[in-house]
Amino acid sequence: MSLADAVIPGRPVAVAPGVHWVGALDPEMRQFDIILRTANGTSYNAYAVRGHNGVAVIDTVKEDFAGDFFARLWACCKPEEIRAIVLNHLEPDHSGALPELLAAAPQAPLYISRPALGMLKGLLKDGLDPERIVAVTDDTRVELGGRSLRFLPTPYLHWPDTQCTWVEEDGLLFSGDVFGCHFCDARLFNDRAGDFRFSFDYYYQHIMRPFREFVLQALALIEPLPIRLIAPAHGPVLRDHPQTYVRRYRQLAEPLLANEAAGRDKTLLVFYISAYGNTARMAQAVRDGAEGVEGVRVSLYDLVGGEPGPFADLIEEADGLLFGSPTINGDAVKPVWDLLSSLTLVKVKGKLGGAFGSYGWSGEAVGLIEDRLRGLKLRVPRSGVKVKLIPTAEELAECAGFGRDLAEQLVGRAGPRHIDFTAPQALSA
Amino acid sequence: MPKAQVTFEDIEVTVTVPAGTRLIEVSEKVGAGITYGCREGECGTCMMKIVGGSENLANPSVLEDKVLKENFAGIGNRLACQAQVLGGHVVVRPG
Ligand code: FES
Ligand SMILES: [Fe+2]
Ligand SMILES: [Fe+2]
Repeated sequence: MSLADAVIPGRPVAVAPGVHWVGALDPEMRQFDIILRTANGTSYNAYAVRGHNGVAVIDTVKEDFAGDFFARLWACCKPEEIRAIVLNHLEPDHSGALPELLAAAPQAPLYISRPALGMLKGLLKDGLDPERIVAVTDDTRVELGGRSLRFLPTPYLHWPDTQCTWVEEDGLLFSGDVFGCHFCDARLFNDRAGDFRFSFDYYYQHIMRPFREFVLQALALIEPLPIRLIAPAHGPVLRDHPQTYVRRYRQLAEPLLANEAAGRDKTLLVFYISAYGNTARMAQAVRDGAEGVEGVRVSLYDLVGGEPGPFADLIEEADGLLFGSPTINGDAVKPVWDLLSSLTLVKVKGKLGGAFGSYGWSGEAVGLIEDRLRGLKLRVPRSGVKVKLIPTAEELAECAGFGRDLAEQLVGRAGPRHIDFTAPQALSA
Repeated sequence: MPKAQVTFEDIEVTVTVPAGTRLIEVSEKVGAGITYGCREGECGTCMMKIVGGSENLANPSVLEDKVLKENFAGIGNRLACQAQVLGGHVVVRPG
């Protein structure tokens, strides 16, 4: 390991000619935002980009690490040389030193995305001269002399405000949280650091996956770029084969074979679990009813025969989801909850949902599943079918009608509807 | 209970809700195409178009007005996470 590539306290690290890492290492971090774990801490990466006419600072660090950040920054430039401050993302782990930086370089405008505008005031308690804020557009260019910054709108990766900064002259992509990971390593570069592949995938799965459509949009912007180095806001700087990491995002965002029916049909998945075969029979009737509607591809899955992971992959691409569960001890059964709880990492908002099931003496499962589906922001337009014990022919016909109705809603053939939320059973309307 | 009606034009669904309901409270339940970001009137993601009955909505707050301006809102645009229906019938569509 050459010393020039290592992180030394108080010293910036050159990542490209005229470009320095001025971030901070946080080796003690084990849990990030509660939901994320890291076995190796993390880093808050910030960068100083120098041109003939001055310096741009891209991102800052978590507030507790402001000392490290400024020590490195002032070792590679003077405050009055700063011509631009860019924040690719306003989350506190990157904006912690922003107020102090703005005060230290009062001449420098702040470049942020348009959606960041509204968040900024929550961040800067003392406010900021609106003249100093530039909400960037596709045409914004920050000329540093010999190199310039442009901005890629990459919203919802993973906040509304996220963007990437691109230095065309050198092929440098400052990507924010995208292509980042929680992995702290003083060797800083991907070809020197320890094996962080797991951390890279884990970060994608937990932070980016719920925004898969936005990942695909961002990749469409990023893939054509002649990237020579990716400088993310966490984890190793990707200087060796940076395109590999872009390709990995593509793979992670498209884990399955292409769905041949996607262009033609809406996809409806019916999951069920059955104790005595009653809910299974209901599921088949729901499937049969839905299948009669043209333009809908229906699939039936017994939860006993599968794992939440692959089911979640299917759900990610489906248009509608139905869940059948018996009520046991006043609740839906565990495999249903296991699957539903694994959906927090998958975007299901706006999909069509519904529930049904057989019960012995009380049928709480259906309502509980519907509540959960609403909590996940699915639309649940019809209250589910509950059947006491063994379904009669009539009840099976009701199940088929339920399947047909939901399938018709999926293809938009349901016609105008009225829902009364002021009626007593408003919630199950 | 005083009631109001809202029609989500994109999905042809009309709902009856208690007066005072915010559109965000119903639009997702019925699956209307309005999308939300911050849910707190700050980001402008949930901007929608009022097609009819705008007089039945509570006036925008100072904050909502400001965010609408920042997002180049046109006449008839409101934020679905903020707009509250007071009565009568309001017709909305995403965008
Ligand atoms: S969701 Fe952000 S303003 Fe309404
Ligand atoms: Fe973040
Ligand atoms: Fe971050």
